[in-house]
Amino acid sequence: MDLQYYLQQLVNGICLGGMYALMSVGYSLVYSIMSFSNFAHGGVIMVGAYVGYFALTALNVPFWIAFLLCGVGSGILAIIIERLVYSPLRKRRAPSLYFIISAMGASIFLENFVIATIDGTPRNYPTLFSNSITIGSISLGVDSLLMIVVSAVSLLILMFIIQKTKIGLAIRACAYNEKAGTLMGINSSLVIFVVFLMGGVLAGFAGMLYGMRFIVKPTIGQVTNKSFVAAVFGGLGSLPGAIIGSLLLGIMEIFVASQNSMLRDLFVYALLILVLIIKPSGLMGKVVEDKA
Amino acid sequence: MSWYYIEGILIQSCYTLLIVLGLSILTGYTGMFSFGHAGFVCIGAYVSVLCTMGFGLPYWLALLIAGLTAMVFGAGLGKITLGLKGDYFCIATLGVGEAIRLIFNNLNLNLNIGGKSFILDGAKGIASIPLHTTFPIALVIVVFFLTATALLMKSKHGRNMLAVREDELAAQMCGINTFRSKMLAMCMSALYAGIAGGMLAHYFGYLQPKMFLMTKSTEYTIMVIFGGMGSITGSVLGTVLLCALPELLRAVGDWRLVFYGLAVIVIMIVRPKGLMGGKEITDLKWFKAIVRLFKGKKKEQQPPPDEGEKPGEEAQA
Repeated sequence: MDLQYYLQQLVNGICLGGMYALMSVGYSLVYSIMSFSNFAHGGVIMVGAYVGYFALTALNVPFWIAFLLCGVGSGILAIIIERLVYSPLRKRRAPSLYFIISAMGASIFLENFVIATIDGTPRNYPTLFSNSITIGSISLGVDSLLMIVVSAVSLLILMFIIQKTKIGLAIRACAYNEKAGTLMGINSSLVIFVVFLMGGVLAGFAGMLYGMRFIVKPTIGQVTNKSFVAAVFGGLGSLPGAIIGSLLLGIMEIFVASQNSMLRDLFVYALLILVLIIKPSGLMGKVVEDKA
Repeated sequence: MSWYYIEGILIQSCYTLLIVLGLSILTGYTGMFSFGHAGFVCIGAYVSVLCTMGFGLPYWLALLIAGLTAMVFGAGLGKITLGLKGDYFCIATLGVGEAIRLIFNNLNLNLNIGGKSFILDGAKGIASIPLHTTFPIALVIVVFFLTATALLMKSKHGRNMLAVREDELAAQMCGINTFRSKMLAMCMSALYAGIAGGMLAHYFGYLQPKMFLMTKSTEYTIMVIFGGMGSITGSVLGTVLLCALPELLRAVGDWRLVFYGLAVIVIMIVRPKGLMGGKEITDLKWFKAIVRLFKGKKKEQQPPPDEGEKPGEEAQA
């Protein structure tokens, strides 16, 4: 009985953690190349959730097409943000804090643009999958199962691209040392383009999954901030770190919430502070030396 | 437009200016970005309300206690986080700011002090706070702190902060205790924020944790950047432009914050130094000309002033 309860919570935690992972790899990818926390990512996720919502309700397309549309929409948005907001700063070699401020600006812009054009009321996705599967003694909703599968598959594809393809090699090289990478003939603009595209597409998927499970509203930044915490927890700039950090955070959050649901957000930020005090580079992040 | 409405905007500008001034010491002069300043404001607000409503203390004493509490908290936070580099300091302040808000969100108090009951009900917050903050009081407080900030920046401590901002390593080499400078900046800015929090609470008449969201912290930082880092005039200008003007433009409704976000991006791209670019109003040529006009021609022979301090462009964190 007790074991079953914990297993159920564990599955819920993995489900939540998988969604966090989809979001946090976006933060981590950008951080690994450009060394700044891209707070506009939350806005991209939110727009993805809205694309999914309108695809399902207004266009009446089947789930898989809506899902792909989310990825495409968010991917394009991420690239537009990179071109319009970060690219001018990049050319000027501005310090990373200017990027953060711009990212905050972009996030405020996106959030309020959605409020102004659509409206601020939370919306529910139409119910797509209501049945659930029972494995042993654990019941698992099809939507939860889908969340886990989709997260796992997308993350595996991402890891494959990073580890096995030529552009992946370029990304890894730039993450290690962008200047040296450029000297070796890597087109760093292309690398940044691909990084934002991949982060954006995954953000779109995450937005759709989030919308399916919870609700869509312009201020889902509360959730995306948590995925950012997951990225810091795993070590900013490290992809495996982001994934492991997200899963751990998801599981821990669910367990804390099952004890006292009021404390779940507080727990997440307390964890963030704790990580920064004890080991700022996180679980798997590379140690940044101060080059002053 | 009624005076009541205008007065409201002015009071809001005043306490926001106080927060921004504090943040200007931390961000503009010392080069450390905080995304959790709303947390200090939150502490100040709740402590001041506890003082006036719970303990029945006078308003000014409540403000002072609120400021000092926030300052002590800031010192503790500084002790832990000031060693962190660049981005990680930002992230830490972000986490702390949110954590403070969430603590108040979950806090339920039902105190009974000397027959008076004081109820703090989590997310619902506190209602019917006495309205003590009037425009003259707010103005006096702000002018006082404005002067204090200007004096601080002219002092040795202020110069040390500037040195830390420009190059921490070099400052250390010159024998500046950089940790102490950063700590001082942190404490000062927390003090300002705490007092402003008290003013805010006694202006609105109610308190809810959701008044101190992370976006608020971001807005304060943006005001500092918008006005220009390392300039008190810039902070004033940034606050007035970004705080009062949008209030007057309520007609555009939801689009207000859209333009706000856009303005931030544009200023980062077009004029990253901010409006004042690290200069004070006293550094400007036309201001000097006006001063000379008033003082007569005695000062005509003055040698041309040097360019003053280097503008705070592209300051390192």
